[in-house]
Formats: sequence, structure tokens, C-alpha cells
Amino acid sequence: MKKEESKILNKTLPKSPTGIQGFDEITGGGLPTGRPTLICGGAGCGKTLFGMEFLIRGATQFNEPGVFMSFEETNEELTKNVASLGFDLEYLVKHKKIALDHVHIERSEIDDTGEYDLEGLFVRLGYAIDSIGAKRVVLDTIESLFAGLPNQLILRAELRRLFRWLKVKGVTAIITGERGEETLTRQGLEEYVSDCVIILDHRVTEQNSTRRLRVVKYRGSMHGTNEYPFLIDENGFSILPVTSLGLKHQISNERISSGITALDNMLEGKGYYRGSTVLISGTAGVGKTSVAAHFAEAACKRGERVLYFCFEESPNQLMRNMLSIGIKLEPWVKKGLLQFQATRPTFYGLEMHLAATHKAVNEFKPSIVILDPINTFTMGEKDIEVKIMLMRIVDYLKSNQITALFTNLNSNGGILEQTDVGISSLIDTWLLLRDIELSGERNRGMYVLKSRGMAHSNQIREFILTDHGVELREVYVGASGVLTGSARIAQEANENAELLTRKQDIEQKKREIERKRKALEAQIATLQTDFESEESEAIKMIKTEQDTIKRLEQDKIKMAESRKAKTEKNTVKKLKK
Amino acid sequence: MKAIKENSEKKNKEKKSTKKVDDKWVLRLYVAGQTPKALTAFTNLKKICEEQLKGKYSIEVIDLLINPQLGAEDQILALPTLVRKLPVPVRKIIGDLSNTERVLVGLNLLSMNAN
Repeated sequence: MKKEESKILNKTLPKSPTGIQGFDEITGGGLPTGRPTLICGGAGCGKTLFGMEFLIRGATQFNEPGVFMSFEETNEELTKNVASLGFDLEYLVKHKKIALDHVHIERSEIDDTGEYDLEGLFVRLGYAIDSIGAKRVVLDTIESLFAGLPNQLILRAELRRLFRWLKVKGVTAIITGERGEETLTRQGLEEYVSDCVIILDHRVTEQNSTRRLRVVKYRGSMHGTNEYPFLIDENGFSILPVTSLGLKHQISNERISSGITALDNMLEGKGYYRGSTVLISGTAGVGKTSVAAHFAEAACKRGERVLYFCFEESPNQLMRNMLSIGIKLEPWVKKGLLQFQATRPTFYGLEMHLAATHKAVNEFKPSIVILDPINTFTMGEKDIEVKIMLMRIVDYLKSNQITALFTNLNSNGGILEQTDVGISSLIDTWLLLRDIELSGERNRGMYVLKSRGMAHSNQIREFILTDHGVELREVYVGASGVLTGSARIAQEANENAELLTRKQDIEQKKREIERKRKALEAQIATLQTDFESEESEAIKMIKTEQDTIKRLEQDKIKMAESRKAKTEKNTVKKLKK
Repeated sequence: MKAIKENSEKKNKEKKSTKKVDDKWVLRLYVAGQTPKALTAFTNLKKICEEQLKGKYSIEVIDLLINPQLGAEDQILALPTLVRKLPVPVRKIIGDLSNTERVLVGLNLLSMNAN
């Protein structure tokens, strides 16, 4: 039921867009049309500017003229003040888009002598509204009346009448009020204006100032209840919703190279996903920036635009340093594909950083954003705020399909698999660079700690910076532990020598077998020749024996013939058979 | 319409009376329509002026309902407001002028009387 109710209300409650960046998103469309809204806050928190921007944007973007009734600043002052924000008030006044009315009260000039009312104010406001057909009104700051006019009872009654009158007039009004000690406004204006109340706040923590806005109440409408940081820059107000509305980023299956072939190989041979968030963390001097620079260069070579935020080095220093490992960034800067944004993290507050990032990204429209490094933010800020800021940057970049690469400096002795700012859970691909200290050497190792959505290598590679960029070598992992650097080279040499010896052994064995076989074959051959000669001899003897037998028989026959014996002839015949 | 006529009549009257004096007081009474408060204020003012400044004052009644743009000139908020344009400095007195003593103080007339 309640949901339905609010739906109906959302439909029925008309809203006037303010045109102020981010504000219309929080309030679901702007301020309530035809109703007064109270904006309160301390000195210098931007109340006047909020009102002024509401009018100017209304006049220029939504064709709703407005009246600005100022109780503090004169028309000239106002015009000058907003000119510094790029608004040409004079032009708008001349073209009857905006009417300015400065109400000045000097307590010393005024004596009260009886009953009075504020009809004069009504008349002036009414006249101003009618003269330009205003739809919007700003009263800034009406509380000054309390200082200028005697008899508070009359004043309060008249103010109540004024707000009612504004409603009847159907103008969307902003009433500003100074923040009181216990009440929202010093004079308790919230009693009269209660449709929509917004608090502006200006806080300084650790020397960094942050402006915040909160919608305290908004009758008949859903609204964000958080404190939203905002800033005032040369384009006026901009309010940044802390968290994006959902996790509904468009995702891409496209893969982009990291600029280091060996690293691509560790990531299925294809590199990072487009639109993902990459974190490179490691201790000091392990080459995080080099990996980032590789990525930037590779992207520029593909013709993509890269926005590089450096928080610790100046762009020139960074380019010079990268030149020493063979990465030339300067030509890309000249071509306009690479842009550096160098600011000290302490230069301004987090929100300002965030807004600066937003702005730079919006203007440059890069496909890759590099933040190097992110942990410098933690210096003056609370962790949670840094995390929220980075989360918002990640959200923002992801929703725009921009690949983000962050570097993070781990403090020595700290836990490696943890960032100082605790954003590990936001990261899609996390590369860890670490020192490996072994046998008097310090070498660099790199591995993929996690990479969502791909079968990445689980191996530690040795990370070497050469004059032609980053190279990854396989480290020695074996019985004697993990070896890198010269220890690895020595171990590899050892292994090679051992292998050679083994190979020689095998060769020798093979030769021996060959020799043995040959000896055996020679023996066989001799035996055979022996056998053959013996055989032929035997055959000869057999033949001789047979010849002898034949000769004997013939002799017998010849003898018998000569003796003329028949019987013996028969025996000879038998023998023949 | 009736109100306007009355106003102009009053103005004419005052103008006649002021012409005679050099050291004159120029007073402006801002009102918005013929409200009871406005009428009371005018009556009170008239009475005080006749008593204190007879013959050397002029009263201009400005009805903001007719000429709303005039309100900004003298920074009028509350009504009725009496503005002493001359002699300088400019003084403003708000309310229906029923507290005669305060009006005299406001117009700096008490001291003059004492002298």
C-alpha cells in the first residue's frame, strides 16, 4: 500500500528541475513546484549560490524567469559574485529573465510607532514577479528581517503570511536561512517552510574542507537521505551522489593488452577485460608505474585515449623515467592521445578530487584511466571516505566502460595482499609485485593475485626492468626453493651442466653396446667360416669314400667275370640294388 | 479609483501649505491601499505635523498598490512607513504612528521643541 501511495505522490507532485548537477538525481526531479523550500547552513556554505544557480539555470535552461530578493548583498555585488562562476547576470536581467531586488534594512534608521505589516515586501515581490512573469523566487536571507525590524510577533505572523502567499502565487521558492544552534535556522524558519528542507554544510577535517548537502525532508516525495558531498567550482554547484544507483554496468567481453606480452600470457594470453578495474600493488620501487606506463603506451598505440592521473610525480619526471626503460610517452602526449593530470592529493579534499576526476574524464573522454598511486589519499583522510571515493570513481568509470588501472604502494612490513585503502573487493584484476630477497640480492617478482572471469596463471614470474621495457622470466622453483636473479642463473647453469653429463653418459653407453654387438657379430662370422671349411672338407672325404666303394665293387665284378662265377654275380646284383 | 482621488486631493492640499515656507519638511507616507492602518497613520501624521510643523511641511502619500516600483527606491518593507526625506538624514518610521512620542523622537522633533 505504502509503495503505491508514494508512486501516486511521485506522479502527482510536480517538480521543478534545478539544473544543478547531481541535485535533481537525489531529489528525483528537483524542488517541489509552487512550494517554498528552505535551505539552511552556516556562513559560506553556498546558500546564496545555490539559490542563484537555481534561478539562472531556471531562466536559461527551463525558460522559467526568476526573482532574486536579496537581503544581504546588493545587486552589483551579486552580479560580480556570480560572474566569477561564469554566469552573466546582467544579460539575464536586461532580457527580463531575472529580476534582482535588494532589500536593505538599517535598524538605526527605523523606529516603530505602532502596528505595521510587511505589505511593502509583498508588493515589491509581487511587482517583481509580475514584471517578468517569474516562476521562481529566492529570498536570501529573509532572517535579516529579524535584525532589522522590531516586534517579532508581527514579523513572524507576516512571514507565515508571506510563505502562504508564495504558495498561492504558485512560485517555486527558495528561502535561505542561517543555521541556528539547536534549530535548523536561527529564527526557526523551518516552522513556516516545511515542504522541503535542505541543509548545506561546510566542514574542515585535517585541513581539508568538504562541503556536504542533505535533504532533511521533502514532503510527498522520495529522496536520498545521505549526506552528499558537493563542490563549487568555476561551473557552479555540483553534487555527487555517493553511491551509484545499482550495479548494472554494461560489460564487455573484449580483451585489451596490458602492453607486456608475458603478462598477457599470464592472463590467458589476451590481457585485461575492457572496462575492468586493474590494481597493481607492491612495495616501493618494484615497478608499478612501469607496468602502468606500458599499459598506457599500448593503448595509445591502439589509438585509444588515456588519462593519467599522477599524484606523486610530475608528468615530465614520469616521462623521463619511463624513457629509461624504453617507453616513449611524449609523442602520445603531443598527439593528444595521452593526457596527464598531476595534482598533489593534499591539494584539495577528496570530493574535489572526485569532481576533478569526473570533470577531466568527461572532457577528455578516455577509454583508459590510470590513477597512480591511490594510497596517497589516505594521508589526510579517513579510510572509509577514501574507499567511498574510490568506489565512486570505479563505479563511474565502469558505467562508462572505461578501463581503470590503479597502483597502490604497500607499506613495507604490511600485509601484501591488502591495500591501505581497502578497495581490494572492487578490483577485477589484481597484480601483485613483490620483492624477493635472496642471497644478498633484491629481485622483483610478479604474480596475478586474482583476475575475475579468466583462467589466469598462478605462477610467480621474475619481473625484470630492461632498457626495452618490462620482461617477465620464469623463476626457478625447485628442491632448493624459489630462486631469482643471479641465484636463478647459477642454479640454471648447474642444472644445464648436470644435464650435459647425463647426456654424455648415455652416449657412452650407446657406443659400448654398439661395440659389443660388433664383437659378437665378428665371432659369429669366424665360426661360420670355420664351419664352412670343415663342411667342405667333410663333403670331400665322403666323396672319396664313395669313390673307393665304387672302385672296390667294380674290382669285384671284374674278378668275378674273370672267374666266371654266376652265384657271385647274383650277389653283386643284390648289392647293386 | 476613489483612493487615488483622495490621495491626489490630499497631495494638493499639502502642496498649497508648503509653498509658503523655506525651511520645509518633506515627508513621504507609504501605504498599500486604504487599509485601516494606512488611514490611522495618515490621520496621526497630519495631527502631529499640524501641531509641530505647521506651515512648513509637505506630505506625499504613495500608494504602492498603484506604483509598486516606488517601493524599492526607499527600501520599503513594512507598511505603513513614514520617510523623512528632508531635512537629512533620512529617517524611517514604521507603524501606524499611534505612539506620538515615538514619532516625535523618530522625526527628531522632541529636541526642537525643547529648544
